[in-house]
Amino acid sequence: MADNPYLPYPVKIQQIITETEDKNLKTFKLVFLNKEDEERFTFIPGQFCEISIAGQGEIPIGIASSPTEKGFLMFTVNKTGVVTRFIHNMKEEDIIGIRGPLGNWYPWEKMEGKNVVVIGGGFAFTTLRASIVYMLHPENRNKFKDITVVYGARSPGLLLYREEIAEWEKRDDINVHITVDATDDPNWPYNIGFVPTVTEQKITTSEDSYALVCGPPIMIKFTQPVLEKVGFTPEQIIMSLEMRMKCGIGICGRCNIGDKYVCKDGPVFSLAQLNELPKEY
Amino acid sequence: MSDKIIKKEELTDILKALKETYEVIAPVKENGFYSFKPFKDGGNIDLNFTNTRLSPKSLLFPQSERIFEFNLDEKSKDGYIVKEHPKDYPPSVIVGIRPCDAKAFKLVNINFDNPEFKDPWWVKRMEAMTFIGLGCNEPSSTCFCTSVGCGPFNEEGLDVMLFDLEEYFLVRALTEKGEKLLKQGRVDKDVDEGLQKKADELRIKAEKKISSSVPTDKLKEKKINDLFNAPFWDDVAFACINCGTCTFLCPTCWCFDIQDEVTKTVGDRIRNWDSCMFPLFTLHASGHNPRPEKVQRVRQRFMHKLKYYVDEYNNGVACVGCGRCVKYCPVNVDVREVFSLMNGL
Amino acid sequence: MIRYGDTIREIAKKILEEKTVDLIIGFKKGTLPITTEPVLIKDAQNSDQLYWDSFCNMNLANYLPKRGEKIGIIAKGCDSRNIAVHIVENQIKREQLYIIGVPCKGMIDRRKIVSFLGGKEVREVTESDEDITIKGEGFEHTLKKNDYLQDNCRTCMHRNPVIYDAIVGDLVEERKDPDPYDDVKEIEGIGLEERWESFSDLIKDCIRCYACRNACPLCYCPTCFVDESDPQWVGKSIDPTDTMTFHILRAYHCTGRCTDCGACQQACPMDINVRTFTRKLNKDVLDLYGCEAGLSIEERPPLDTYKPDDYDKFIR
Repeated sequence: MADNPYLPYPVKIQQIITETEDKNLKTFKLVFLNKEDEERFTFIPGQFCEISIAGQGEIPIGIASSPTEKGFLMFTVNKTGVVTRFIHNMKEEDIIGIRGPLGNWYPWEKMEGKNVVVIGGGFAFTTLRASIVYMLHPENRNKFKDITVVYGARSPGLLLYREEIAEWEKRDDINVHITVDATDDPNWPYNIGFVPTVTEQKITTSEDSYALVCGPPIMIKFTQPVLEKVGFTPEQIIMSLEMRMKCGIGICGRCNIGDKYVCKDGPVFSLAQLNELPKEY
Repeated sequence: MSDKIIKKEELTDILKALKETYEVIAPVKENGFYSFKPFKDGGNIDLNFTNTRLSPKSLLFPQSERIFEFNLDEKSKDGYIVKEHPKDYPPSVIVGIRPCDAKAFKLVNINFDNPEFKDPWWVKRMEAMTFIGLGCNEPSSTCFCTSVGCGPFNEEGLDVMLFDLEEYFLVRALTEKGEKLLKQGRVDKDVDEGLQKKADELRIKAEKKISSSVPTDKLKEKKINDLFNAPFWDDVAFACINCGTCTFLCPTCWCFDIQDEVTKTVGDRIRNWDSCMFPLFTLHASGHNPRPEKVQRVRQRFMHKLKYYVDEYNNGVACVGCGRCVKYCPVNVDVREVFSLMNGL
Repeated sequence: MIRYGDTIREIAKKILEEKTVDLIIGFKKGTLPITTEPVLIKDAQNSDQLYWDSFCNMNLANYLPKRGEKIGIIAKGCDSRNIAVHIVENQIKREQLYIIGVPCKGMIDRRKIVSFLGGKEVREVTESDEDITIKGEGFEHTLKKNDYLQDNCRTCMHRNPVIYDAIVGDLVEERKDPDPYDDVKEIEGIGLEERWESFSDLIKDCIRCYACRNACPLCYCPTCFVDESDPQWVGKSIDPTDTMTFHILRAYHCTGRCTDCGACQQACPMDINVRTFTRKLNKDVLDLYGCEAGLSIEERPPLDTYKPDDYDKFIR
């Protein structure tokens, strides 16, 4: 972490990939301009960075690459406001800044030796991708038992990381269930149905398991009861939240839920923790 | 260092001597209201005040501050790279700060200067500042400092305390920084026993004069969600007009916003005070707002000051009883009533 | 004036019990001697919380927009005109309201009292028709109310409510005194550069708390132009240019709708007379169109009315 936590590290856009057919989601591969910054930057899946664009502002985006992927950082950005619109119009070789790594991470120590269920919806899949790549890495895979993934989007063209997920689906050390709400492709090889529905079909046990859940509020609303029915306790359900942020370091006072700051005590919270806090998010 | 004594008329000369090493900031009267301004040669400082209208927090935490600068010239080698805006932090002294405002700096310091992250501008200004406090002989009817862990002669946050003894000030150094400053100002006349005794009595007299108090003993044990879902918030919040008066005048409010402003190809990143009272404070880019209703924002402010801060830091409430919000709220939303409601739930 | 409190409580109790209204918006006694707090009462038993004195200065019409219930509301002359403006601008329906009209001889500016006392605190206040007695530690003064009125009350031309369902006292005589716009004329007489400097000096203490905007019944936009960020019209720092933009542009948004109720000036914690701008625009509208805001619910404000025989060619 830099001495001035508000000062971004300068980075260059190495590659831009348009992820979805509506072009609203783009993945940016970033490289550090300064070697010392790159060496100083070590992170754990679940954390985020404040992407900083001089003249526009900053946005908190989950790190989509795993620390096992060296030499670059990957962020998938949804075009939704002033800063994201600007970054979507940027080109490769352009310079921006990042501050981080910020926030807490998924409870990897607790998850060791357990089954991991990853449930994601829409474009909330970014830190989940980081987590899956991390777990599948040869150094880490045997720390975890069964890994099951349920990932869905409204339609095939809106799925993120399609090629990668197709590769994962073929592996035998991970069970991947891809689904879409609807499609008119007669050759669609995967599931059709909402994420909560597919979860209900595919997740049959909660024994010795943790569920990482990330998605739009409506998906979470209907997935939670499904998991509870299978026997997941609130401590076993782990969520990653979003909030409007500015400083990202727990000082500007904006992103709190109760007495916890989403940027510093989160963004990863267990459902048990959230139940203790006011429902203001 | 033992207690010293100075004649009131000597104060201006002492401040002039201090000006050689320090930036001196003192209370000045303008249009009937007091505020802390840099002490000018030949200037009048006026310590006959209850308290300033705006708290002195802007001395360590300015309302608008340029923190970074950048140029947006793609051809330049450092185009789009954000750089620190050079600042200097000359040694400064604030004269006449009240104990409530001094304690407030300590409460806010926990936010800006913590083990994980340090706000460089606050920390450096805090290090450079020496606080000369003025104990309150005549608290106002809206002061309730004694019931929130402070008091008219409370020493937290102060380096020197002045006791107003009509023609004299008794000067007490409370820290090494304070001693250093007094030596610089050549304050060296020891106080005699009679005036010493009078000064010691001032504290007791002043504390008795505090007529307003708030209950805080049960706030820690209450459950967050019980307070959050309490039935009284609609009544408390009805009159509120969601302006920023309470938050901007409050010495313990610290929320801020960061904005980039650009003119052609040069720009600044600016930090501005912000307020949880404003509707856009928590608005997401997607359009979702966790606190769209006025009552939710009013509740957030009181829950933060009287509950979340208490739980998070174990340091009491984020309020020093200065009474500014009570005096200046356009619609008389009274924090003291909220203390009673929350503590008594 | 002092009997008003009893009458207000009586009427309030009646209309709550008879379910003529779902709730009442009025004032209750403040926690400090010369303040009052707006209050919402739903229960007839709580109607004795309602209170009236010469410090009921906030404009209660501010609390009306977007409410769906049947509301009983206490309204002085200026407040009632703002209610009329709300009705014309579709912020509330006439059928929803039971307006309890209060003929008003002016509200007292509590800052003038504070200034008169030079730092001493008021502990107790009593009022009679013409006088106000303020007591504190070691002093008691009886002052003539008329000498300490709010600035907008001194030039008020509509002291009686223009629209009401009940009235709490006899109508008071309207002021026939000379020109209420003397202060505006004075500024109009100054040269442009000097005028701009006086404006800059006026708003130099502004801390952008938006108390003036939020106390104003006219400011009910879901997102105010100063808050808009996409595109961003006004900077959010206390840069004097941005602050001046806010004040002048807000005054223009209130043109032809402002009733000079003074809530903005009373709300400002930095004691800035923000009415300087709106009063000039009120005078202009009066001179150009012969209109004052809120006098009737039948008339639309002049700046949103189009007549085919408008003498300005650009509009045709």
